[in-house]
Amino acid sequence: MHELGIVEHVIRTLHDVAEENNVRRIGSVTLEVGEVSGVVMDLLTDCWNWFREKDDLVKGAELLTETIEAVTVCTACDKTYRTVDHGKTCPHCGSKETYLLRGNEFSIKQIEAELFDDPEDGEPETE
Amino acid sequence: MSERSFDIIEVRAGVEADNDRHAALVRERMDREGVYLINLMASPGAGKTTVLCRIIDALSDRFSIGVMEADMDADVDARKVLGHGVKAVQLHTGTSCHMDAKMTMKGLDAFDNPLPDVVILENVGNLVCPAEFDVGSDMRLMILSVPEGDDKPLKYPLMFTVSDWLLVNKIDTAPVFDFDFTRLENNIRPLNPDMEIFPVSAKTGEGMDAFTEKLADRIAAVLAEKRGRTV
Repeated sequence: MHELGIVEHVIRTLHDVAEENNVRRIGSVTLEVGEVSGVVMDLLTDCWNWFREKDDLVKGAELLTETIEAVTVCTACDKTYRTVDHGKTCPHCGSKETYLLRGNEFSIKQIEAELFDDPEDGEPETE
Repeated sequence: MSERSFDIIEVRAGVEADNDRHAALVRERMDREGVYLINLMASPGAGKTTVLCRIIDALSDRFSIGVMEADMDADVDARKVLGHGVKAVQLHTGTSCHMDAKMTMKGLDAFDNPLPDVVILENVGNLVCPAEFDVGSDMRLMILSVPEGDDKPLKYPLMFTVSDWLLVNKIDTAPVFDFDFTRLENNIRPLNPDMEIFPVSAKTGEGMDAFTEKLADRIAAVLAEKRGRTV
């Protein structure tokens, strides 16, 4: 359910990108997803596969993902560790004074897109 | 190239950027029009609508109040709230499990101009997704009810992290449930050291006056600042 809302946001963002770049159709979308972003990828893919058929811009487009490893920093000993292995407690010194350095990302990295041949067909360039 | 080919376009857009942009627009509008927006969030059955009716009854002599009811379907809550003499707008989130900023803006558009002094958004009953989507509110007010247990912050940390104030509702049922306020507070503080916690019973009214008085003062202070700035 949550993933469906996220897919709606992704598609909305893609429409903005398409407008800016004179895109006719999108062939694939690559997401960067942090290990602790809280997004369930299987669900997200299911939602994507359902939603993409309802939108001409992304009809049939493939969803690709790149995972970003989650890393936490300990403020007590300044060392870093893998978040998914140890959570909030530093495995080096046992401190709980830690913060997430990366791993909660959820962003669109790139798209493969078919452009309009003639800018007249699409949104006119307004520069 | 004669064949139609695919180009790679770098996007690098955070997906929440779309929502955050709309949240900033809501916030800007609330500041410009001098309106206080509350995002009320809780599990299904925590007592959102009952609390809301209590807030309305306590504050309506000081402020004009509007309510946005977000539900996936149905308008039972909106009808209940209308009985308390405020303007209510029913929003159906459809397939989505939370309100986002864009839907909030649409909800605001459904009120007559000028907007009420205070707009309360009763979010979808859910402790996960509403926490992740900023709607541009001045306050995120969360309700936890005693029967849900004092370990909720451990299960839904983000909701307790992002919320400003917490109402612990249904305290009249505390003797029946193994609910420990100290344990609750110990679970909350690492997530949110500044969270204000109010034990209340919306049903009996216990603790509600202390809460609504503080809320009214907060709203008055923020509205004065917003309107002072724009005048």
